[in-house]
Formats: sequence, C-alpha cells, structure tokens
Amino acid sequence: MENSPASKHLLEIRDLRIEGQSGEEWLEIVKGVSLTLDRGQIIGLIGESGAGKSTIGLAAMGFARPGCRISEGEILFDGVDLRGLQRKERRSLRGVRIAYVAQSAAASFNPAHRLIDQFSEIPVEHGISTKSEADADAIDLFTRLKMPFPDIIGLRYPHQVSGGQLQRAMTAMALSCRPDLIIFDEPTTALDVTTQIEVLATIRDIVEQFNTAAVYITHDLAVVAQMADKIIVLRYGEMIEEADTRIMLSDPKEDYTKSLWAVRSFKKTTEPPAPEPVPLLRVEHVTAGYGKELVLKDISFDIHRGQTVAVVGESGSGKSTAARVITGLLPPTQGAVFFDGKALPADYRERSKEQLRQAQMIYQMPDTAVNPRHRIRDIIGRPLSFYLGLSGEKHEQRVRELLNMIELEPDLFIDRYPGELSGGQKQRVCIARALAAEPQFIICDEVTSALDQLVAEGILKLLDRLQREFNLAFMFITHDLATVRAIADRVVVMLRGEIVEQGVKDTVFSPPHHEYTELLLSSVPEMDPDWLDNLLKRRVGSADLGGSDLIR
Amino acid sequence: MVAQRLGLGLLVLLAVSLIIFLGVELLPGDLAQAILGQAATPETLAAFRKELRLDLPMHIRYLEWLFNILQGDFGRSLANGREISELIGVRLGNTLFLALFSAVIAVPLSLTLGILAAMYRNSWYDRAVNIVTLSSISFPEFFIAYILIFVFSINLGWLPSLSNVSPETPFWQRIFLLLLPALTLTLVVVAHMMRMTRAAIINLLASPYIEMANLKGMSRARVILHHALPNAWAPIVNVVVINLAYLIVGVVIVEVVFVYPGLGQLIVDSVQKRDIPVVQACSIIFAATYIVLNLTADILSIVTNPRLLHPR
Repeated sequence: MENSPASKHLLEIRDLRIEGQSGEEWLEIVKGVSLTLDRGQIIGLIGESGAGKSTIGLAAMGFARPGCRISEGEILFDGVDLRGLQRKERRSLRGVRIAYVAQSAAASFNPAHRLIDQFSEIPVEHGISTKSEADADAIDLFTRLKMPFPDIIGLRYPHQVSGGQLQRAMTAMALSCRPDLIIFDEPTTALDVTTQIEVLATIRDIVEQFNTAAVYITHDLAVVAQMADKIIVLRYGEMIEEADTRIMLSDPKEDYTKSLWAVRSFKKTTEPPAPEPVPLLRVEHVTAGYGKELVLKDISFDIHRGQTVAVVGESGSGKSTAARVITGLLPPTQGAVFFDGKALPADYRERSKEQLRQAQMIYQMPDTAVNPRHRIRDIIGRPLSFYLGLSGEKHEQRVRELLNMIELEPDLFIDRYPGELSGGQKQRVCIARALAAEPQFIICDEVTSALDQLVAEGILKLLDRLQREFNLAFMFITHDLATVRAIADRVVVMLRGEIVEQGVKDTVFSPPHHEYTELLLSSVPEMDPDWLDNLLKRRVGSADLGGSDLIR
Repeated sequence: MVAQRLGLGLLVLLAVSLIIFLGVELLPGDLAQAILGQAATPETLAAFRKELRLDLPMHIRYLEWLFNILQGDFGRSLANGREISELIGVRLGNTLFLALFSAVIAVPLSLTLGILAAMYRNSWYDRAVNIVTLSSISFPEFFIAYILIFVFSINLGWLPSLSNVSPETPFWQRIFLLLLPALTLTLVVVAHMMRMTRAAIINLLASPYIEMANLKGMSRARVILHHALPNAWAPIVNVVVINLAYLIVGVVIVEVVFVYPGLGQLIVDSVQKRDIPVVQACSIIFAATYIVLNLTADILSIVTNPRLLHPR
C-alpha cells in the first residue's frame, strides 16, 4: 500500500456511517462522524449508552461487531483507508499499529491462558519477535506500569488477578507492539474510584512515554476531562459538539452538552423527619460470611423512618452482604437485625409474610431483575396479589396507580414486556414492584450505576419524591459518591467488612475525615482538567496514602 | 470435588445393581419352572431351586450376587452352564473393539467438522455438513446399515456384509471385517458431536475475549483453536462421552445386522433364552460403562476449567 497524500493526520475519519441490523432491516447507528487525530494526542468520545462511542472506536480499527457494518465513509489510518484493505492486511495492523483496551479486562482476557502468553501472542503471531523476547518485554512493561511482582504476575491466570491489575495488564498488552494508536473503551468504568485513579495515571503516563495517540471512550465527563486534549460529544450516533477540552468544559455551546454538564447538580433539599426513639431498622453487631471467610465484621447501624442511609465502599467491602443479612438471605453468624424494635428471624424462610413485605429490594441490573416473559402488569401485580391479596378490578386499578407514581403512562406500558422498555424505564418498573408491597423500608443496591447519568438523575428524583410521599426509609448501597452527596441523610463508610466511619452526611463529608473516607472522597474525579495532576502531586508530596496499600 | 463425583458414581452404580436385581425378580414366572418345563415334578423343581439358591430370601441373594460380582464372579449361564465371565469376556472385548474403532474415526472427524463449521459458519460448507450429518442421524441405524451393505457389499463388492470374527482373527483382517459396522456407527454419532462442537464454539464467539483476540489481529484459525476451543471443552466432552457410551451400549442392532459376536448379540440371545444371570451381568456391565464414562466426562470438564485448574 502506498501512502496517499490524502491525510497527514495519524487517524482521519471522514463522514463515517455504520449500520446495525435490527431484524430484517439495517438502521443507521452512526450518522456521519468525522474526526482527526495526530500523534501523541488524545481525543475523548463522550456520550450516553447507545451514542455509538464504542462502535466508532472499533471502526477506527476497521472492525465492525457482528450485526454491524460500516456502510459509508473513509477511515484513513496513516493515510491508508482501512475500508479498502484486504481482511489480511487489516489484521496485520491490529494489535501491531492500532491496539484496543476493552472496558472489562476481566471479561476480555481469555480465562484459559496465562496473562503473559496473551501478551506475547501479539508480537509472536505477527512475527515481530520471539516468545522469549516478548516475555522479557512484557516483564519490562509490567514494571513500567508499576504492577506488583512484575516478574511473576504474568504467570497468573486472569481470575487470579484483581480488576485494577488486569486493566493495567491489558494496557501493557496493548503496548506490546508499541502501536501508533490505542483505543481505550471505557477502561476504568468497571473499577473502584481509588483504583481508577491509578489506571488513569498509568494511561496518561504511557501516552506520554511512547508518544502514542489515543481515542478515549467514556461516559464519565470528569474522567475525560483529565485524559483528553479534545472532546467530541455524541448522541444517537451524531456529533453534537467538538472542541478542545478546556473550551468544552468552560464554554459548552449545545444544549445537550450543557445538560450533560449539569447532571450532577441534583441535590435533595428536604430534611428527613426527626428520628423517633426506636429506629425502623437496627443492625446490631452483625458478623457474617461465606464458609470460613468473614465478609462482615461486627457492624452496627440504624435507619430511621423517612431517612436515606447511604452505605458506601468499594467492591468487596461487604455492602451487598449487609443487604443480604438484612433481607435474611444470609443468616449472620453473630448479631441480629431488628425491625421496629423487634428482632427479625435470621433466615428469610422463618419470617412472616408481613415481615417480608415491610422490606423490599431494588437491584442494580433492571435487565436481570425482571422476568423478560412477564408483562409489566404481572411484574408489578405479583406483590399485590401475593402480599395484599388483591385481585380483579382492584388489582388492575392499583397497578395503574403504581405506574402513574413512577411516571409511566399506564395505557402505554401495562401490556408491554420488559424487552420493549429502556433501562431507565425498567428500573422504574422495579421501583413500582418494590412499592407495590407497600413497604416501609427499601434497599436500593447500586440502582443507578447501570444507567446513564441523565436517566440516573431521573431515578434519584423519583426515589426522593416517593420517600417524601410515603415516608420511606432507604438503605442506599453505592460506590458512587456523587450519588451519595445527592440523596443521603446519613452515610456509612465500609472497608473490608468493617464500618470505618458513619454519621450525618455533612459531618462525614467535611473534614476531619477518617483517612479512608479522605481517600475515597479525594479519588472522585472532578471536572477540573488539572484535577488529576494536582491530586497526584499532592499524594506524592504527602508520602501518599497509597490507595492500593490501603485496599489490598 | 473429584472425590465427591467418584463417590456419587459408586452410589449410582449400587442403586443400578439393585434396580437390575429387583427388575429381574419382578419378571413373571418361575425361573426353575421355565427351565425344567411343565413336566417337572415338584421334587425336581424344589431340588433345582435349592441348587440355584432360589429358596433363599431375596436380600441374601442380592448381597451374594453383589459380593460375587465384586470378585469378578458373575455366576454360570443357565443355558449352557458356562462361566458367565468367560462367556462375556470375549464378547465384551469384541464390543469394545468395535466401539473403539468407531470412536477413533468418529470423534476426530466430528470435532474437525464441528470446528470447521464454526469457523466458516453460515457458509455453503457449514450448511452441507449440517444437512448430511442431520440426515444421517435421522435415519434408523439398521436402515443406514442396510444401505451401506447394499452399496459397498452388494453393488461394489468391496466390503464384507458379515462381521463374523473369532478370537483368532488377525488384527487387520478384523479391521477390514468391521469397516461397515464402524462406518454405520460413525454416521449415527457424528451429527450429535459435530453439532455440539459447533454450537459450543459459536456460543463463545460473542464473548469479549474473542472480540479481543480479533482486535489483536489473530487469524481466524487461531481465534477458534486457541481462544474459543479451550473454553468450550466442557460441553463437547460431555457429548463425546455420551456418544462413546452409546457406541458400547447401544450397538445391539448394528451387531445383529452384521452378525457380530458382541455383547449386544449376547444380551438379545440371552433374553430370548431367559438366561437371567447373563442378562443381569450384561446389564450391570452396560450400566457401569455409562457411569464410568459420565464420571470421566464430569472429571474432564472440571479438569479443563482453568478456574478450577489454577485456584487463586
């Protein structure tokens, strides 16, 4: 292939159109996107799910997922149109000159092979170096990416390594052939905030060290603000706005961009009612675990009527296990749960229907929490007949009331299946199902983390309104501190199965903090593009809490 | 985990032995009467019962029978008085030989066909393989056997239609005699294994690590063989093993068609002759085959799982 003089940019995409198959039809999912990228530059693609970010990222490698096809446009990489290449020629670029870092390293590493073999596979299969050279290089890169035990960590299988380390190993793998361009597809979305910082710093570092260009795909504005030189905002496959990062942040032009920027502004305004002498729910000295492994160690907290208690912590801190103990799914080895002053039986099988009705749950993934073969009427109606014995006209009436409550038009939605609803609508249905039992207490387990920011905000507002209307108590499990700031009255901070700090939100969130709370709070990315730099400087300067030391 | 499976396998085998024993007990009619005929006097019947130990209570006879089997003693045939273990020995050898021969052809063939079908799915090759294997599985096996005999023995005259071997038959002669039955069995089992291989691999092709392998620029063959196949073993192994068990246990009809002196023939003959101890012995061997092979499949799918192979 001779280099055509068409483009002096490393990557130039012109009027890219991609179609996705939907039944018999092909629908356009990327509608004429153009961008340019030079060496050493990072471009951020931002938008909600369904905006076509990943599809565009993959198209930059000349790749379309099964069920998608690139229908029009040019993808010039180093002057060569990837679309015009033979299958084989395209393949010889992938991994070598253009590399990909996927969203979930845990799912994108092959479970059957050692990390180092998956690394070396690229240079070896492409005939660039021998296995032993590649292995040596892997160890070198692992060291430069500050992975622990770089000499031997490659010998592990993916499931033997933590998420943050895997994400770094994947970044190392992308570097194995020193590519000109790396596509980062939401590389930190699956990580805890403290781990995210380290990975972000690593990525910035390697882009600088190797003068690599990068496409950085994310839905998180604060993250992209740290990473990108310029930002493209996408919606429904169309470019909404493109500008340099600082300009985009300080002076967004389009309404949609502004609405994205404004998302984090929601804040609960009302004060909870004054606590009664007996708390609605009391968790007293609970210790629980699976087998010999203790996941909860002597935790105690109270939740009062009409109050939202946010339980925060990173994955593995025991947040969800606490919920399992409260609902009776996991009987504790010590301690007890009291509801309205009375001890609840440890096992849900021994609880009365009435006790079960009082505490309901809403889950993280609305997709898997509803039966796809049931109509909305049946999903919401089931607790009505099970707990309250409603039937016939009353039943129907109540389902409609509940749909109105969650702001879904009953006539439109009552006969639909979950598959015909969006993620946010499904989560609303889950909320209605929890409300149907007329509980006093609802556990919300990461209910907004699978949703886009705008949608998540809608859900939070809805929950807030329902709380005021029905004087509900929420236990809000989340790792997202922005959500906590928005809706919590009290905060419980958990680390490795223990409560490190708890109290009224404003007290917990204002100094002096427990050192772990401090670490969590300071790790939440802010919109300021200098935030990461400043934070890293501060942490190095203050001999660092060393996020990973504290977590591991 | 493996020890647990082993224990479970033994337990199932014990249960099966009990069912076989009870099943035979439940058969109507009196064994002694059946053998000696209507003309037998009550005295001879009683004496004969005593000789067969039929006068003892059922549980004692069961335990005796079980205990003897554990020592390799299956008792004597009622039809000809020979040691059953001796009778079965040769036959079992023959059956295993045919099964092994068929497996050596069928397993690699179906894995290859399945892998290729997964690699080139929805191509004309994939469709052709699917049509051919599916039609071969849709016909009853005796029909396939007769078609093959008609073509290869009668029309072309290349292969013998009878597979009457004796212990003295030399190895290659044996292979030659068994070509047609082995081919028949292959045609019967290939579709199942091939389709499972194809499905198990295709099932994985949507996983992120396969997409990753593609984005690393790996060739199609490497993506399938190196990235998909190692994770697809569990379902494939299970289907292969079920088919192996079928090759040993389910060959009755093919053996009869080709007059091959295997275990299947023996069990058919013995049922006709009401030779109960032989039927019992054959049944327990068949049951054991199934259990042992399924156990192997379980253990293999545990062992090929990287998460279990390399614990944290």
